[in-house]
Amino acid sequence: MTIPSFKKDMFVMLIFSAVILTMPMWLKPLGAGYPDLLQKFAIFGIFAVGYNILFGLTGYLSFGHAAFLGVGSYTAVWSFKLLTMNVLPAILFSVVLSGIVAAIIGFISLRRSGIYFSILTLAFAQMFYNMAYSVLTPVTNGETGLQLARTDPRIIDNMLSEAGAGLPSPGLFGIQMSGYSGFYFCAVLLIIAFFISQRIFHSPFGMKLQAIKSNQTRMKYTGYNTRPYLLTAFVISGMYAGLAGALMATTDPLAGAERMQWTASGEVVLMTILGGVGTLIGPLLGVGIIKYFENIFSALNEQALLAAYSFMPDWLAKMMVTITSPFVGEGWHLTLGALFVIIVVFLPGGIMEGLGKIKNLFRKRPPDPVEKTLVEGQIQEEKA
Amino acid sequence: MDAILLQILNGLDKGGAYALIALGLTLVFGTLGVVNFAHGALFMLGAFCSVTFQKLLTISKQVKDTSITFFDAYKEMPYLEIWFGDYGKTIIDWSVPLSILFAIPVMLLIGLAMERGLIRHFYKRTHAEQILVTFGLAIVLQEIIKLSFGANPIPTPAPEIFSGTAPIGALFGLGESVVYPWWRLIYLGFAFSVIGSVFAFLNLTTFGMVVRAGMMDRETVGLLGINVERRFTIVFGLAAVVTGLAGVMYSPILPPDYHMGMDFLVLSFVVVVVGGMGSLGGAVAAGFLLGILQSFASMNEIKSIIPGIDQIIIYLVAVFIILVRPRGLFGREGVMED
Amino acid sequence: MSDKKNSNGWSRRDIMKAAGAFTAAGAMPMFFSRGAWADKTFVNNPGNSKTVKLGFNVPQTGAYADEGADELRAYKLAVKHLNGEGDGGMMQTMKPMHLKGNGILGKKVEYVTGDTQTKSDAARASARRMIEKDGVLMFSGGSSSGVAIAQQSLAQDMGVIFMCGLTHSNDTTGKDKRRYGFRHFFNAKMSGLALGPVLKKEMGTDRRAYHLTADYTWGWTQEESIKETTEGLGWKTVKTVRTPLGAGDFSQYITPVLNSGADVLILNHYGKDMINSLTQAVQFGLRDKIVNGKQFEIIVPLYSRLMAQGAGKNIKGILGTTNWNWALKNEGSKAFVKSFGNEYGFPPSQAAHTCYVQTLLYANACEMAGTFYPPEVIKQLEGFKFDGMGNGPTEYRAADHQCFKDVLVMRGNEHPTSQFDLLEIVQVVPRSQVEYPASIFGGELGPYKV
Repeated sequence: MTIPSFKKDMFVMLIFSAVILTMPMWLKPLGAGYPDLLQKFAIFGIFAVGYNILFGLTGYLSFGHAAFLGVGSYTAVWSFKLLTMNVLPAILFSVVLSGIVAAIIGFISLRRSGIYFSILTLAFAQMFYNMAYSVLTPVTNGETGLQLARTDPRIIDNMLSEAGAGLPSPGLFGIQMSGYSGFYFCAVLLIIAFFISQRIFHSPFGMKLQAIKSNQTRMKYTGYNTRPYLLTAFVISGMYAGLAGALMATTDPLAGAERMQWTASGEVVLMTILGGVGTLIGPLLGVGIIKYFENIFSALNEQALLAAYSFMPDWLAKMMVTITSPFVGEGWHLTLGALFVIIVVFLPGGIMEGLGKIKNLFRKRPPDPVEKTLVEGQIQEEKA
Repeated sequence: MDAILLQILNGLDKGGAYALIALGLTLVFGTLGVVNFAHGALFMLGAFCSVTFQKLLTISKQVKDTSITFFDAYKEMPYLEIWFGDYGKTIIDWSVPLSILFAIPVMLLIGLAMERGLIRHFYKRTHAEQILVTFGLAIVLQEIIKLSFGANPIPTPAPEIFSGTAPIGALFGLGESVVYPWWRLIYLGFAFSVIGSVFAFLNLTTFGMVVRAGMMDRETVGLLGINVERRFTIVFGLAAVVTGLAGVMYSPILPPDYHMGMDFLVLSFVVVVVGGMGSLGGAVAAGFLLGILQSFASMNEIKSIIPGIDQIIIYLVAVFIILVRPRGLFGREGVMED
Repeated sequence: MSDKKNSNGWSRRDIMKAAGAFTAAGAMPMFFSRGAWADKTFVNNPGNSKTVKLGFNVPQTGAYADEGADELRAYKLAVKHLNGEGDGGMMQTMKPMHLKGNGILGKKVEYVTGDTQTKSDAARASARRMIEKDGVLMFSGGSSSGVAIAQQSLAQDMGVIFMCGLTHSNDTTGKDKRRYGFRHFFNAKMSGLALGPVLKKEMGTDRRAYHLTADYTWGWTQEESIKETTEGLGWKTVKTVRTPLGAGDFSQYITPVLNSGADVLILNHYGKDMINSLTQAVQFGLRDKIVNGKQFEIIVPLYSRLMAQGAGKNIKGILGTTNWNWALKNEGSKAFVKSFGNEYGFPPSQAAHTCYVQTLLYANACEMAGTFYPPEVIKQLEGFKFDGMGNGPTEYRAADHQCFKDVLVMRGNEHPTSQFDLLEIVQVVPRSQVEYPASIFGGELGPYKV
């Protein structure tokens, strides 16, 4: 395994930043270029990139990361309620608190590995969810979700200025966090998050984590105590989740308990695997696909389908609507489920493997070793 | 005292369901090494066998409903009732127990098809990939059920004669107020007999012996020239049938809906882990244990001390067991333990 | 582009705000006084467009998908009628009515749909798509109070009106009420008030009640409201027990009822929880018990047809309340049921009814205001009195945006003639009996202009 040169990494970062920042433009023809979905892409991108640091590098499959996302969201909203509508303290508190929670849960859960680790994290997340939904309602506002109110104390803000007539909204020194400005804020954080993740992947620390994945026993025999490394990775990914949670609350100031349900943790697992575990870009592709399905596919109805098929003769259009309508709108889950099955059967390395295969088709010379490490490294190791 | 007795019964009853579901899951994990996230969907499909059978029995003739005048409305008259009168009614009434006969072949076919068509390609793949593919499959299965039956739960009542309660208090000289629904008692008996049959099958037949040997050491059994793969296919079918039957018999207690499998999925994994991965006896014991613990945790006396304990007791037990005794209650030493 | 929102999703207001924001960026944390640009530009102003879009955000996946499907049918029907297609449904009976059957303010009505998944996050994401991408002027939908409240506060933030579908919690028009949210459906408080006299007549004043309550906000508000009523009748409350959402098997909560000395069980559950808890309570023989010399009774304060279908024959003889039922014989109901029945082949549910009515009410308010400008439309809806929509004379109370109208007390039909005839009307409780002062729940509506 070779670590790509710093120069190459910087080149990747440059392209990556350009692609992310131009998203509003190139996603528009796909019907996904509106602020809310763009924000969701960036936020879940951060979540998945962070998750990949744990799962992709160490192979530890956590089913509890949604809990950290939830902790981040609640912390951010409380910071808005109690201190200030400025997003910086909210984000800071969220990341720190979710890091602490991750450290506690990680410390306990990392005593076990494999499926036991998964069940431990799952159990913790479910406890968080159940408690947040019912008993902890004074803190979380239960089913309704934690919301801002005009009468909140907001100590710092109220010291500086009079409260307005309406609900204030989160901002960064006057930049609004809804709409496109909110997206660019999230996008910048995503780029930073991606950069950190890239540095971790290509650092000696990252190499050690990968070594744990391929053979933990061997690592232990060579004198390494693996747990501090694992715990560090766990806490980092927990902080990423906390950041994502804080951004969710920032762009849309409401925190609900469903964010912590095990299915929400499952979603990030699916995103990561779908895109390509252990690859840098893969999880982001997974995020794109799942969020696109959830927001765009689910909104297609017969009216929209008829419009899409309007170029066809009437009878054919009607027939096509009948055939396709079970897969869109209320049937979007069906399409997504089928997609999981197909991808994992034919492309075990996720979409990244598929892209790699396509790339190799067009390339006569043997694949670039760096590319190979990035794309197929993990799979190779599994097989070895 | 009566209250505690009733809670024990509740726990056993719940435990019976948990044990049946976990039994299939651990069987598949122990033999095939597959983490099957579609296992909950099998439970759901079983319950829908009973719905389908009921729908088949009540295929109806549309009769114009004259009581509704402002638009054309129809009411339904099952053919069975038209043809056989009261006998037809009785058959429809007994649809849930009768659908066991329907569910066995159907679930076996589903199980075999699933294993041959998809699961067997994943024996050598990572657990993460197994989870993704079986989770995808579970979603597809439940969406198909939703497309055909809707999202609302569908009532599948038990036969009329079991609809009341058994006066067990009076029988055993306890209070008159200790009563328990007949159907739940039947479910408990059913769970015990199915669990018993599975154990007998695995312990008393040559087939079972080979399967157990395969669970211990697959390679050696393979080297002995025994076709383990084919037997494992059958084991998967068996697991599907056991889980499906659990669903069939549970349908009068919990009107089936397309999502019920997911609701039981996490729970069944917890049961398997608490019992010990791949341990059949452990799954059964853990099923009953968790059922009873959950019932006790729901008692008002306990909830008033620790609010919300009934919502998290299962997970607390799981965390405790995994940390203190990672191989589970009955897990073999060295299996999945570290 | 004048004041029309361009396809980018940037309205002029947004750009101005952003520009203002950057110039003010040097200042310490500041709030936007959002009314600063208080001309008649507003989010998604259709301008000279020939069409307007409405957003229908209903659960399409998850436990309430069937209810969502029925709501969507009603919305489509309403759009048809607004555009002058079909027989017009309640547009024949609504009084006063300003709709002309040519869309709203002469613009043809189009719609977009979305899936709330019965989750606050998903619902808000879907609603924001409708607002930011599709440019809807109003969105609507329901099935869970938490989701409705989450969408309602989004509506206030974005300045787009939300017409609630099915939501029954007191909080929707109580402590979480919003200027941009309107509820036609009734609430737990009204259920309690309506049940009072019927319970007194049917079960007397000396009863001991045991509550099983879904452990989240809607359950709690209902428990509180029903308890208030029953204790007012002189009933004793033996115990109130919280059950986790989606418990599935409720046996461990039901057996303690057997020996508690209670003679009434009140199930504050909705949807799947209610189907399961009722089915299991009946299996435990509660309905056959005689306690304190009285027949044991079960009450389900909030009924819906889908719940009745799911619980099957267990529902027979059990009391509860609904907002509306298709068997009502008034002109508005008959017109709506006829129109819906001819379109889809079966009668509408109460969820469908409230969604249909809400769509018409919004459209009518726009006609009355002569503009789509939300503050004006809101002012028309506030205090609007109307009739012929199936519930008798109805008023949208200005103080909390709650509709006040008759409430139906229903009983599970002992001899249903069809699968839609599962509930029978026991009494239509007149509006005067279910009214309460708006001040009791607190909360504030917030400003007109956002």
